[in-house]
Amino acid sequence: MIELSGLTKRYGERVAVNNLTFTVRPGIVTGFLGPNGAGKSTTMRMILGLDRPSAGDVRIDGRHYAQLHDPLRQIGALLDAKAMHGGRTAYNHLLCLAQSNGIPASRVTEVLDTVGLTPVARKRAKGFSLGMGQRLGIAGALLGDPRILMFDEPVNGLDPEGIHWIRNLMKSLAHQGRTVFVSSHLMSEMALTAEHLVVIGQGRLMADTSMADFIRENSRSYVTMRSPERERLLDVLHAAGIAVADGPDGAVEVDGVAAPELGELAARERLVLHELSPRQASLEEAFMQLTAESVEYHAHDGDPGAVRGGPAPGGGATSGGEGQWGAGWGGPEQRRRKG
Amino acid sequence: MTTPTQQPEQPGALPGAMYTSPIPVRPTHLGHALASEWTKIRSVRSTVWTLCVFVALVVGIGLLVGWKTSGETYTDVPYTIPALFGLMLGQICLITLGVLVVTSEYGTGMIRTTFTAAPQRHRVLAAKFLVFFALAYTVSAVSITVVGLATAAINEIPSGPGENWGTSVLLGSLYVSLLGVLGLAVGSMLRHSAGAITAMLGVVLVPAIMPAFLMISPALRGIGETMLEYNAPNSLSALFGTAMYDGQAGGVPQLLALLGITLVAVAGAFALLEKRDV
Repeated sequence: MIELSGLTKRYGERVAVNNLTFTVRPGIVTGFLGPNGAGKSTTMRMILGLDRPSAGDVRIDGRHYAQLHDPLRQIGALLDAKAMHGGRTAYNHLLCLAQSNGIPASRVTEVLDTVGLTPVARKRAKGFSLGMGQRLGIAGALLGDPRILMFDEPVNGLDPEGIHWIRNLMKSLAHQGRTVFVSSHLMSEMALTAEHLVVIGQGRLMADTSMADFIRENSRSYVTMRSPERERLLDVLHAAGIAVADGPDGAVEVDGVAAPELGELAARERLVLHELSPRQASLEEAFMQLTAESVEYHAHDGDPGAVRGGPAPGGGATSGGEGQWGAGWGGPEQRRRKG
Repeated sequence: MTTPTQQPEQPGALPGAMYTSPIPVRPTHLGHALASEWTKIRSVRSTVWTLCVFVALVVGIGLLVGWKTSGETYTDVPYTIPALFGLMLGQICLITLGVLVVTSEYGTGMIRTTFTAAPQRHRVLAAKFLVFFALAYTVSAVSITVVGLATAAINEIPSGPGENWGTSVLLGSLYVSLLGVLGLAVGSMLRHSAGAITAMLGVVLVPAIMPAFLMISPALRGIGETMLEYNAPNSLSALFGTAMYDGQAGGVPQLLALLGITLVAVAGAFALLEKRDV
């Protein structure tokens, strides 16, 4: 169990993490989601006692991280795949970690086998691909057979087989009754693994909810209609008291009315339809809507092509958001890298 | 699907039930940190190479000099004198190694893994100091002894003060090892390999070069003389009983001065370690 209360981190004027309060419970995979630069890694570093919080408190099973005398036995963490000395072999890297916590050396061989690095155990880490480095980091997290596991963007650099493997690993770890806390900036990834969701944006808590609730509340269903007589279609819908929104390429989007009803309405009015399709906004769109206000820089200045005509009703969670989605997140990321 | 533990996955494990590891829990102590640091220091090539260069310099130059000298040289100086020339160069190796022991962790990001595994940061740093000092001291003491024994064997040496070479082994090794420890402390504070090595080269070289300029002005003469006496090469020579600049001190005050500076730097390293984010 990881408990955060009022956790805050300031770097000068900038508030990286702002008054975060939530609890990560055992037995389930908790997804930690946020745009790049939202403060996910900073939060994780504070949980591990690497960064000192400016305010607030974080406890691991009721204790501060610095009070843990055998931390690898309590909490295993993968922060950064390259947080190791490249000149050291995989085996020796894990051995020095094991020794610092009094873990027997036999355990090193076990975890190397678990992550599938046994063939390269005696190779120096600098020759490893990102995926192999990621696996070695995961081996380090599993070393102490801990009750709590924390992974920062674990699927980065893994091939499809590796991604499949890490998903199953996280689920099985949680099933054994462990606390699994995993960060990502990809909603699609989280939807496949996490049962609980903590969303942050600009360091603030945006949502702390179960995945099922998040899907129920945030996935908007609507119907896309397309007609050669667009103006008449709008008039008909307006006359029937149905609210509409502009879709991409002259399409019309209707909220809250089922497709059969709309089809029958069009038939009564003898209106030609080229498209009548029920749609569901993806979770990524829902996530983007949730964090839209928190993204520091919007995409407009960087990639004008990605911006659509005007703000659509329904808070901007309209279809065709893919371009906006990627671009909206590229903004802060690119700027931060440059800075 | 492999599970990370050897124990079979319990089908009845309820979500929410706390997981308990089958590995017995042992509270950690300094011994664990020492074992870990020893593994770290021996498992990278740069350590091994740096120490090899050090031994090659001290023993290689030492044997050459010992071979080219005759017995009369050692009437009033210890047999280990030939090792002094190698040590002058070799001390740079120990300084570099001391710096790298800690800065390589900051450079690679390993430090985050280290402090995650051992949040008692002072224990990690203490283990680094102890392991490095023990290693540096042992390697330099053995190298100097080898040179002393070889010189005594090659040359027909008349009995005299030259036979008392034990002190030069003990204190000479201590001096160069302390320079390395100072490097480690500076590295821990600066967290940057190049910066820390440059700073340490300054510490060793500037007091050896500056006096040439300071001596010009009568007002600064006092400072210049102190620098001449206390700079690293001269201190080391004094400990071998053949100071280049003959002050009244016979090496021990210089050693104590270095010890003092090193202790201050070590204290600074510990103080900063707890305050800063990693």
